[in-house]
This record gives sequence, structure tokens and C-alpha cells, in this order.
Amino acid sequence: MDQVLVNGAILAASYALIALGITIIFSIMNVLNFAHGQMFMLGGLTVYWVMTELELPFAVGLIAATVAVGAIGMFFEVFFFRRVIRSATREENTMLLAVGTALLLENIALSLFGEKHRGIPPVISGVHRLGDAFIPSNRLLVFVVSIALIALVLIVVNYTKTGRAMRALAQDRTATLLMGVDAHRISMIGFGLGAALAGVAGALLISVSGINAGIGNAISTKAFVMIMIGGAGVVSGALLGAVALGFIEAIGYAFIPGSVTYLLIFTGLILFLLIRPQGIMGKPWG
Amino acid sequence: MAAANDAVVNTLGNANRAGIARFLVVFLPLAFILIIAVPFLFADRPYWLNVFTTASVLSFASLGVWVTFSIGRVNIAQGAFALIGGYVVGMLTTVVGLSFWVSLPLAGATAALVGFLIGWPLLRLKGIYFAMVTLSLTEAVRLAFLNSASIGGPPSITSIPNPPGIGSPIAFYLFAAGLLLVGYAAVWRLQASRLGGVFRSMRQNEELAASIGIDIARYRVIAFTICCFLGGIAGGVFASLQQNVFPQSYTAADSISFMLYCFLGGLEFVLGPIVGTFTLVIAFELLRAIQEYQALLYGVLMIIVILFLPNGILSLAAMVGKVFGGRK
Repeated sequence: MDQVLVNGAILAASYALIALGITIIFSIMNVLNFAHGQMFMLGGLTVYWVMTELELPFAVGLIAATVAVGAIGMFFEVFFFRRVIRSATREENTMLLAVGTALLLENIALSLFGEKHRGIPPVISGVHRLGDAFIPSNRLLVFVVSIALIALVLIVVNYTKTGRAMRALAQDRTATLLMGVDAHRISMIGFGLGAALAGVAGALLISVSGINAGIGNAISTKAFVMIMIGGAGVVSGALLGAVALGFIEAIGYAFIPGSVTYLLIFTGLILFLLIRPQGIMGKPWG
Repeated sequence: MAAANDAVVNTLGNANRAGIARFLVVFLPLAFILIIAVPFLFADRPYWLNVFTTASVLSFASLGVWVTFSIGRVNIAQGAFALIGGYVVGMLTTVVGLSFWVSLPLAGATAALVGFLIGWPLLRLKGIYFAMVTLSLTEAVRLAFLNSASIGGPPSITSIPNPPGIGSPIAFYLFAAGLLLVGYAAVWRLQASRLGGVFRSMRQNEELAASIGIDIARYRVIAFTICCFLGGIAGGVFASLQQNVFPQSYTAADSISFMLYCFLGGLEFVLGPIVGTFTLVIAFELLRAIQEYQALLYGVLMIIVILFLPNGILSLAAMVGKVFGGRK
């Protein structure tokens, strides 16, 4: 049981990075980033490329993945989403564009890296013991880095001027514009930050489970499940959803076959949404 | 009074006639292309006939997604219902030994029933929530079939018989194209009816529609059930044409594709899903020539269409109309 709880905590920390990223993008732009899983995948593949082709250490790969995927996010916002949001007649158009970007990234990854499953050896070897549970050092590293990054993002969003501008945009776009905030710049930074979080999550998890070009939709689906549990566009909801999914998954994998776990999660989710359509923390249809 | 009545009947008659004319203007060329031009041009190219067959059946499923778009819902669950339809046809033809022609309507009915039961609660969700939950539903149904083996169900069904009397690529194609034309006519009739008007009013403003006494919960479910029925039929046809069905036959990616086909064709027209499906399926096949960059170019092409034709390929027609001084 100790092992299950430890696994749950480690999963939850990684998932929180994913859920936080998709929530930041959603709350600022009102765009559901369908490409989140593909960004995760590209982050992982960037690390793989840096370590195998350039033969540089993991830390460099981690930074490279964060910067590269963050830049992709900014690029998407400036050249794609901004245009479509300005000219859209229906709100579904941004969803269509998000799906399009997801396919684009997946196809780029397929062209560059092929379909093979890629992994890297554990960054640090060794095993720690905690009660009855064993924690491989590599997973502990992933956990610590995830927690540190989450703390960093929360500090940035809550206490810096840019972060305040982001929260203001999420609350009331018009009022924020009237206060003289450069909404274009903030949207770009927000999208970049959200994307970078997806990229860094992928970069961390490639050392645990490996990554292939087709993993995007599965990760996006996990991200959606988390924000449906927690409530879309609310940071506390994202973290809550991540903790819930991480522990449920760890418990499920310990006692029942993997695919049954997810079947039960989806079934439970649908039942849960009957009772609370907006998620635990969500604003009713906000 | 009688005169007034006559006037009403007359205008109704005129409206009907105008509607039928509008329908035929699209339907006849479509039928000509599908039933006469394609077989004539591709009779000795089974590979391309196969591509057109696939596009026709995929279009049929996309038509269903279009119906849910008409009530203002982005539905990413059509793959799940195609899978249900495929399994029903597979089970009934191989295990029970029923004819394909009996199994196919049952496949549609089963998918519709599941859609009806699950749609009632799910359709309370809107916008991105509905999109996310339907995507999850696709995965849930796939996993359910994957795990059904442990309770004695079929993990995958092979050697499903072809539809009786249909055995050659050209016959497959004509069957699929005929089915698509029937589907197009049915959906066109639906959107031209009062029901279609109710659906549109719900897309524009659900609360307002409810306030004038429309039972929105009921109509939402009707639309979703129709969509699932079409998905089930398409899945059943595919299972029989390809002679197999696996849990992996339809994944989240397929559900997303069905939705994209509608979008890229244009949501304003019933023809939209058909144009979108054929364009993308054929484009993908043509890009095969450049093996290495096929996937990449396909992705780039899609982004270009989304950026420059945000209202779908068919909005080009409206633009052309504007240039040449058409109405509006």
C-alpha cells in the first residue's frame, strides 16, 4: 500500500504539470489546447534528440525542451490563434484550429522521429526506501523537479506583474484591456508558458516510460480528464484533478489490469459529470 | 376565408417546390458524380475505387456528426458508435448467422439505443466539456471492447462475410455511394423540416429556445440519437466490407477526423461533411506519392485551410458568388 501511495504521488506531480499548462492556456485564451499531448510528446523527443544526437547531458535537454516547446506555443498563439480568434464567427473555430495544430505537431514528429518508441536511460540510478515502498532515484528526481516547477509557476502567476495580468485577463478581458494591459503580449506569454509546461512534463517522463510519436492523443485525453474532474480554467481545480487522477491510476494499476483502470475512470468520470457538470472547482459554465 | 386558405396553401406549395428545387440542384450533380462519373472514370482502378468507397462510408458517419453540430455540440464520439455498429454486424453475421441485410439495421438501432441512453445525461454538458467527455467516451467504448474478452466477449472478429450479392470493388463502391446518397437525402430532409429548424434554434440560443416552450432536453437527444444511428450504420458497413473489426478499428483519432471533416467542409451546408471527407481522404491518398513528407504536408494543408477558410471549403462557393454579384 505504501508503494501505491508513493506511485500515486509521483504520477500526480507529473500530471499536475500537464494539467497546469492546459489550464493556463484555457483560462487566458479560452482555447482548449488539443495539441497539449503532442507538445508533451515533442518535449520528450527533444530530450531524446539532445541526448542521443548531440550527446549532451539531461539537464541541457530539459532546458532545450522547455524553450523549444514554449517557442512553439508562442508561435501558434501569434500566427494562428490570434488571427482565428479575431476573425472567428463561431467559438468552435478555435477548437478546430487547436485540433489542426495537434495533427500538425504529430505529423512533424512522425516525419522527424518516425514511429519507434524512444526512451532514455534513467538519469540517476539507485533506489531509495520509504517505509515499505521503493522509489527509484530517477522517479524521485522527476517528482522533485515537478514539484519545484509547479511552485515556481504558482509564484510567477500569483506574485509577478505578468502573472497578475494573466489572471486579470482570465477574469475579465475587457476590463484588463481598459487598464492598459498589452493583451497580445500576455496571451503570447501565457500560451508559451502553458506549452512549456507540457514540454517539460514530456521531457521528465521520457526518462521513466519513454515516448513515441503517437502518444499525443492519450496524453491530451488524460489532461482533459483532469480538468473535467477539477473544473476547466481553475488552477486549484487542475491540481486537484491531477492528484485525483494520479492516485486513482496508481491504485488501479496495482490491483487491476491497466486498460480496465481507464475504463473505470472514464465510466466514473461520466457518472461524476452527471452530478457536477462543471467539475469540483469549476464555475458553472464560466 | 377560403381565399386566404388558398393563399396559404399556395405559398406553402411554392416554398416546398423551391425547397425541392434547391435540394435537386445539389443532389443531382452529386448523384451524377458518385454513381456515373466515378465508376466510369475509375472502373479499372480498384485501388481508387476502394479509396472512394472508404470516403463514402466515412462521409456517411460524418453526416451524423453534422447533425450534432446543428444543435451546437462538438461531438467527438462518432468513432465509438461506428465501433459498436461494426461489432454488432460482426457478431450477428458470424456468431448468430443472420444475413448482413438484417444485421445492418440492427447495428444502427443498437448504436442509436446506446446513444439515446448515454446522450440523455451527457448532453447537459456544453462547449468544450461536451467535446472532452465525448472524446473520453470514444476511449471508454474502445477499452470496453478490448476488455470484453475477459467476460466472454469478442476481442476482435475476423472473417465477417461481405454483403451478399456484393463482391467486386465496383459493387462495393456503388453500394457505399448509394448509401451515402440516401443518407444525404435523409439529412437534407431532416434539416429542411421543422425538426431541423428546432435544432438550429437550439444552436443559436438554447435558453431562448427553451423559453418559447421547446423541450430542449428531448430534441438534443433526438439529434444525438440520429447521429449515433448513422455512425452505427457506417461502422457496420465497414466491418462487412473489410471483413473484420478490432477494438483498434476506431480510436480517438478517428472520432476527431469525423469532426474535422464536417468542419473543413463547412457547417452551413449538408454537403459540408461529404465535401470535407472526400477532399481530405483524396488529398491524403494523393500525398502518398511523396511518401516521406505525406503526413507533414497533410498537416500543413489542414492548417492552411483552417486559417484561410475558417468557415469551411464550401464557403469558397459563397465567396465566388459574392464576386460575381450573387445574393448576400
